[in-house]
Amino acid sequence: MPPVQPVVSVRGIVNRFGVQLVHDGVDFDVHVGEVFGIVGGSGSGKSVLLKTLLGLRHPDSGTVCLEGREITAMGDAELREVKRRYGVTFQQGALFSSLTVAENVALPVVEAMDLAPGAVASLVELRLRMVGLPLDAAVKFPAQLSGGMVKRAALARALALDPKLLFLDEPTAGLDPIAAAAFDTLLLYLRVALGLTVVMVTHDLDTLVRTCDRVAVLVDGKVIVDTLQGIVANEHPWIRQYFHGARGRAALPATEPGRGA
Amino acid sequence: MNFQATLSDACDRLRLAGDCRMGDVTELESRLRALDGAAPPALAVDFTGAGAFDLGPAWLLHRTLAGLGARGTRVSVEGEPPGHFAYLDGLAAAESPAEVARSSSATMRWLADVGQGLEVRARTWYEALIFGGRLMATAGTRWSRIEGLRVPSVVRHVYETGVRAIPVVAVIAFLISVIAAYIGAQQLRPFGAEIYTVDLVAIGVLRELGVLLTAIMVAGRTGSAYAAELGVMKLNDEVDALESMGLNPLELLVLPRVLGLVIAMPLLTIVADAMGLAGGAVLTNYLFDLSWPQFVTRLDDAISDTTFWAGFLKAPVFGLVIALTGTLRGLQVRESSRELGRLTTVAVVQSIFLVILVDAVFAMLYLEIDF
Repeated sequence: MPPVQPVVSVRGIVNRFGVQLVHDGVDFDVHVGEVFGIVGGSGSGKSVLLKTLLGLRHPDSGTVCLEGREITAMGDAELREVKRRYGVTFQQGALFSSLTVAENVALPVVEAMDLAPGAVASLVELRLRMVGLPLDAAVKFPAQLSGGMVKRAALARALALDPKLLFLDEPTAGLDPIAAAAFDTLLLYLRVALGLTVVMVTHDLDTLVRTCDRVAVLVDGKVIVDTLQGIVANEHPWIRQYFHGARGRAALPATEPGRGA
Repeated sequence: MNFQATLSDACDRLRLAGDCRMGDVTELESRLRALDGAAPPALAVDFTGAGAFDLGPAWLLHRTLAGLGARGTRVSVEGEPPGHFAYLDGLAAAESPAEVARSSSATMRWLADVGQGLEVRARTWYEALIFGGRLMATAGTRWSRIEGLRVPSVVRHVYETGVRAIPVVAVIAFLISVIAAYIGAQQLRPFGAEIYTVDLVAIGVLRELGVLLTAIMVAGRTGSAYAAELGVMKLNDEVDALESMGLNPLELLVLPRVLGLVIAMPLLTIVADAMGLAGGAVLTNYLFDLSWPQFVTRLDDAISDTTFWAGFLKAPVFGLVIALTGTLRGLQVRESSRELGRLTTVAVVQSIFLVILVDAVFAMLYLEIDF
C-alpha cells in the first residue's frame, strides 16, 4: 500500500471576479472515507469553490489535486478522464430535461461501457432503489417530479458509476425532514460500504451534525477547517452567529453537551 | 488484482477472482447472460478468490442469482459473498409499485398515446380561444383610459421590435428588390420593354414583397423573442407571481407587446418599401442608365393611389397575428425548458404560416373589391 494521500488536496486557491476577491488562499485536505462539509454565508464563494474542485473553473492561482493528481495543471483529455471518476449533484438537480429519469441515470453507464439493455435497466433499478425513488418514477421526465424526487434522481445519477468521491451541492435543501434524514442514512451507509469520500456544501445543520467528520467554514475569503466541535467553539463572530443562532442551538446539543448558549 | 469471471463449460460453476469494479461490469455481465440463458439445475459460485465488489456489479450478480433461484436452480456459495449482499437483499425486498405500471399492452399504450395527443391538441385550441377572449376583454376595459394601455411599455416594445429591426429589414428589402428587378429586366429585355422593370419592382414591392418580407423577418425576430420571454417568465413562476398580486398578466405582458408590434410593423413596412424602391432605382440605373428623374416619372405612372395602401394596410394585421401567436405560445410553456424550445419554434413557424394565409385572404379580398 502506498502511503495514504488525501483524496482532495487544495493549496492556496485564489479566485477573483474583477476587483472582488472571493477566495484569498484557501487550503484544505479531504481524507479517504471522510464526509467533509463546506459552509459559508451567501456570496462567500461556496459554489465557486465547488466548481474549482470539480475542474469546471480554473482558479486564478493555487492548485487542486484529486486522488493525488493535480487537475489545475492538466490538459483537457486527462481532465475529462478524471471527471469520470467522481460523482456530482448540483443544487437544482441539473437533470437533463429532455431525458426520462431512467435515461438520466443510465447516461453515464451507457457512455462509459458497452452493456446489454437489460443490464443497464437493472443497474438503473439499483440506483433508484438505493436513493429510495419509486420505480415508476423511472419513465417520468424531470419536470414531472417533485423537488425532493429531483434531488434523489440527481443523486442516483451521481452514483451511477460507483464513484469513490462524491461532490454534493446542497443535497438536502428543499427536502422534507424525513427525506433529509433518509438521505443522511444513505450517505452514512455508502460511506461505510463503499469507502466513499464525500465533499458537500450544505446549510442543513442536522446533516452537518449527523454526517460530517470535518467542516470547512468559508469566511473572509479563507477557510477555517476543524471538526464540528472545534468549529462550534471557534470565536469568529460569523461562526458564532451561525452555530449559536436559534437554529444552530436546536441542532447542536446532541454533539455538544458541555457548551450550549 | 484484475477481475476475472470464469464460467465452467457445463454452466454449473462460476468462479470470481479479483476486485470487481464498475469498469468490470461488461465482463461480469457477459458471463451472467450466459448463465441466465443456460439456467443450469445447480450452480456453485466460488468467491474464494474474489476481492471487493462495487455495488453495480454486486447488484447484477445478486439479481441473476435470485432469478436463477426462482427458476429452480440450486445455488450454492463457496467462500464469502460480497458484503453488499445483505444491503442488496433489503433493497430488492422493498416493495415497489413499478411492476404493476409496466404491464399494459402495446395496443393500450397506442390508444393512450392517441388519446393524449388529441387531448393536447384540443386543449391548445381551447386555450387559444380563451386567450383571445380574455385579451379582447382586457383591451376593451383598458381602452377607455390611456394609462391603462401602459404607454412606456408599448414604446419600449416599439423600439425593441421596430427601431432595432430597421437595419436587417432595410438590407433584406433592398437585396430582394434588386434580385427581382434583375430577373425582371432580363425577361423584359427581348421585348424591348425593360422600362416596365420599374412597374414590376414598384408594384411588387409596394403591394406584396415589402410587407411580406418585413412580416417574415419580424416573425423570426420578434415572434420567437415574445414566445421565449414569456416562456421563461412562465417557467420562473413570474406569471403566477403577477396573478397572485392581483395583476393581470394579459394587461401587463401581452397587451403592450401586441400593441407595440401592431405599431412597429407599419413603420417597418414603410422602411422596407422605401428601400425596395431604392433597390429598383439603383439596379435600373446600373443596367440601362435610367436616370433618377426618369425612374421617378415612370414610378408615378406605374402605381395608382391605392398601390401603397394595399400593402401598407396589411402590416398591422400581420403584426397582430405574429404578436398573438408569439405571446400565446410563450404562455403555453409549462414544466420544462424543452417545452420552451419547442413552443418558440412553433411560434415562428405558425406565425409565418398564418401571415401567408392572411396575405392570401387579402389578395382575394382586394380582387373582389378591385383595390
